[in-house]
Amino acid sequence: MTLDGKVPSGPLEKKWDEHKGHLKLVNPNNKRKFTILVVGSGLAGASAAASFAELGYNVKCFCFQDSPRRAHSIAAQGGINAAKNYHNDGDSVFRLFYDTIKGGDFRSREANVYRLAQVSVNIIDQCVAQGVPFAREYGGLLDNRSFGGAQVSRTFYARGQTGQQLLLGAYQALEKEVATGKVKMFPRTEMLDLVVDNGVAVGIITRDLVTGKIDRHAGHAVVLTTGGYSNVYYLSTNAKGSNVTAAWRAHRRGALFSNPCFTQIHPTCIPASGDYQSKLTLMSESLRNDGRIWVPKNPNDQRSPDQIPESERDYFLEVKYPSFGNLVPRDVAARNAKAVVDAGRGMGPQKNGVYLDFKDAIQRLGKKTIEERYGNLFEMYEKITGEDPYTVPMRIYPAPHYTMGGLWVDYDLMTNVTGLYALGEANFSDHGANRLGASALMQGLADGYFVIPYTIGNYLSGHLGQALTTETDAFRATEADVQERIQRLLSVNGKRTADSFHRELGRIVWDYCGITRNAGGLKKALELIPALREEFWSNLRLPGGADQLNQELEKANRVGDYFELAELMCLDALERDESCGSHLREEHQDEFGEALRDDAHYSYVASWQWNGVGKAPTLNREPLEFEFVKPTQRSYK
Amino acid sequence: MNLTLHVWRQKSPADEGRMVRYEVTGVTEHASFLEMLDILNEQLIQKGEEPVAFEHDCREGICGSCGFMINGEAHGPLPHTTVCQLHMRHFKDGDVLHLEPWRSKAFPVVKDLVVDRGAFDRIIQSGGFVSVATGSAPEANLIPVPKALSDRAFDAAACIACGACVAQCPNSAAQLFTSAKVSHLNLLPQGQPERYDRALSMVEAMEKEGFGACSNYAECEAVCPKGISIDFIAKMNRDYLKAKSTAVPKPPLEA
Ligand SMILES: Cc1cc2nc3c(=O)[nH]c(=O)nc-3n(C[C@H](O)[C@H](O)[C@H](O)COP(=O)(O)OP(=O)(O)OC[C@H]3O[C@@H](n4cnc5c(N)ncnc54)[C@H](O)[C@@H]3O)c2cc1C
Ligand code: FES
Repeated sequence: MTLDGKVPSGPLEKKWDEHKGHLKLVNPNNKRKFTILVVGSGLAGASAAASFAELGYNVKCFCFQDSPRRAHSIAAQGGINAAKNYHNDGDSVFRLFYDTIKGGDFRSREANVYRLAQVSVNIIDQCVAQGVPFAREYGGLLDNRSFGGAQVSRTFYARGQTGQQLLLGAYQALEKEVATGKVKMFPRTEMLDLVVDNGVAVGIITRDLVTGKIDRHAGHAVVLTTGGYSNVYYLSTNAKGSNVTAAWRAHRRGALFSNPCFTQIHPTCIPASGDYQSKLTLMSESLRNDGRIWVPKNPNDQRSPDQIPESERDYFLEVKYPSFGNLVPRDVAARNAKAVVDAGRGMGPQKNGVYLDFKDAIQRLGKKTIEERYGNLFEMYEKITGEDPYTVPMRIYPAPHYTMGGLWVDYDLMTNVTGLYALGEANFSDHGANRLGASALMQGLADGYFVIPYTIGNYLSGHLGQALTTETDAFRATEADVQERIQRLLSVNGKRTADSFHRELGRIVWDYCGITRNAGGLKKALELIPALREEFWSNLRLPGGADQLNQELEKANRVGDYFELAELMCLDALERDESCGSHLREEHQDEFGEALRDDAHYSYVASWQWNGVGKAPTLNREPLEFEFVKPTQRSYK
Repeated sequence: MNLTLHVWRQKSPADEGRMVRYEVTGVTEHASFLEMLDILNEQLIQKGEEPVAFEHDCREGICGSCGFMINGEAHGPLPHTTVCQLHMRHFKDGDVLHLEPWRSKAFPVVKDLVVDRGAFDRIIQSGGFVSVATGSAPEANLIPVPKALSDRAFDAAACIACGACVAQCPNSAAQLFTSAKVSHLNLLPQGQPERYDRALSMVEAMEKEGFGACSNYAECEAVCPKGISIDFIAKMNRDYLKAKSTAVPKPPLEA
């Protein structure tokens, strides 16, 4: 298969405008003749669904929570980037574009990323008009901060709840359209398959999570905005329900899955406290601005941290990276913390954390300043651990947080399946091999508010008058597959719960396809995963039936997909015999542990085609060409 | 620690429902309350019984999915804490805990501890938004908003729509939830054009859903995990009364 990203030609800064100017339009009176299925109601889904409805399209929107307002986007804390240059500190569309491309270690498409930076400014305007209460300065204008090591202050934020406030803005816009009847909302409804007829996406099969009823929905286009797949690791910072099922079913129906091994591990999370641990909580990385990371030099030091003198502490990041110290990028911080814990030098009852110490900052700035800066984070930490970070150093450890990989899309955000689109974290498009802080919210809203409303018209305009029906062989066959899979899950009658399989799978992926990877480990994982998958299908214990609210069935169904995804992640990681961004192959690092890219051989998007369970998938490569920027090797020494 | 739980079990909306007693053993103080229920459920499944259904997603106190009564208190004994953020160190060995779903006519029980809070979405549909179509917004810094005002609006906007306010209120009133959204938008300049219509329609939508009337018990404020103040109820009432009366000046017929 040859992959065409359909990037428009011309100068970088003109591509999007030129392209928009030539997209085919749907006449305002004809928009009501189209129905668009939007799966997901997070930032990407809610913004797209509301915008479609405002344009006049009919929308059906689906989410598995009881209300669209609870999508995982609600949990984002830090902020959202935009090239407004309100601080007069030299920011620009080009600079945001360049930082994002470089941050992604030159593994994303220039044109997509440039467009993202361009529309970022419109997002802020839109959200403010909706009433999103962003932080303000005393003069009443919007406040910005520098985030995630950026050299300019371009991050807009709403206390530590930016995701919540942005999502509520989009959710309210969505509910406004539910009231007009343009959007029909299906909460507690899970998409379980994609219906493809002659290569075209024509609808989806869903399960009503309360009654168990299986339904068919036909649409002129299907838009997946179903989020990322960090929960393949079982323990992650994602909401418990976040899952890969919708994207994975689309993959099984022909959509290519790109760069699955590009997963971001966040360095500052609260370590697990026991084997009952159900998820991990992120502590904002702004904490690294004032906290110092260390472990005792003697791994068996039993003293409480405040009794350990300076000379017996190892401030390992400050020693290894004197110029960046504790502010090295996410992946570098995460790798070093893992190395310390792997060497048996971890702290805490499980020996699985490193100290993040505010003693010096409190001495230097006073407790009050620290409280102003991090008060709510300290409170949250204390709530979870029962320890007071003003007097006892925090313990932190890396956790899976975000997935750059996802469904392949072209410049219009269409997958290789005609009529099927993917937006937000569910696609692979803008963050390359690593995502910058505060850029996921930006991408979700850019896709939903300012890209897809334009590009979808170009496709739909060719389908005017096409009647929608669910009475086709394609719908019948796909529904039968869904029913068959549910029955199969329910009839295993084994001994182990879905969670116990998920935990074990997560451990394998974390050990061999987590912060660092190597060929030997990946090959081992590729043996362990299929074996565990087979056990899952022969030893699963699943109580209850199909025609009721059955949370165990929901879990088991998702875990079934994680097995197949995990295998693909490891295969992709093995195939990518270079280090780049978050993907550190131990075979390819310099003497300081810095990732060594191999542009001559791996400057491409790895896009995988499904060939069946246990069968080797086919790799398609979309070459990445850098016309406007020159790939450089990063260095944080 | 070991605990005795009395949990509301109800198979479906039509089922009558009953309290069922369970013993949970070997819970550590570092586990969260929901992790304690995970442990119970794992034990139930192993015994061949159906696990207890409860709602949850973020487990970080922000999505508003979780929530049930623990010994008569919404989200349990700790102030400003959702049940997903409540840890077992606040309980002791041998405790007897009664877990029940939110009880309100407007929140029918779906199963066990899960209720239907769709009424909240419908209240938002009636006016909990600013009508600004995508692409039509002016430059963000065109309208300065005093920081204090913006902060105040935020205090209201922090609501997570968990429903604890309704569950704790002896009248099952939804004033705190509704007023939080009315106040968030009505305080800001962006919300002014629709201010009185919003107050009117949202209050009417709330009443239509079958929530009770507010008689100032203030139980809602006490259990709200986000500490939303009942001052916002007063603000909503003012806007509502103004909208109802002739106090809202009508635009002149001729310019
Ligand atoms: C703790 C945390 C903090 C973060 N902080 C930041 C930050 O400060 N800045 C930043 O830019 N990014 C941040 N991120 C990342 C960012 O929040 C996410 O990448 C982004 O919100 C994803 O949005 P989305 O719309 O793509 O998907 P989501 O918000 O995950 O929404 C997915 C939607 O799809 C629905 N869905 C999924 N599967 C199905 C199915 N099969 N059927 C029906 N519906 C389905 C869900 O119900 C949901 O509505 C953070 C992430 C985490 C975990
Ligand atoms: S699970 Fe999200 S608030 Fe408790």
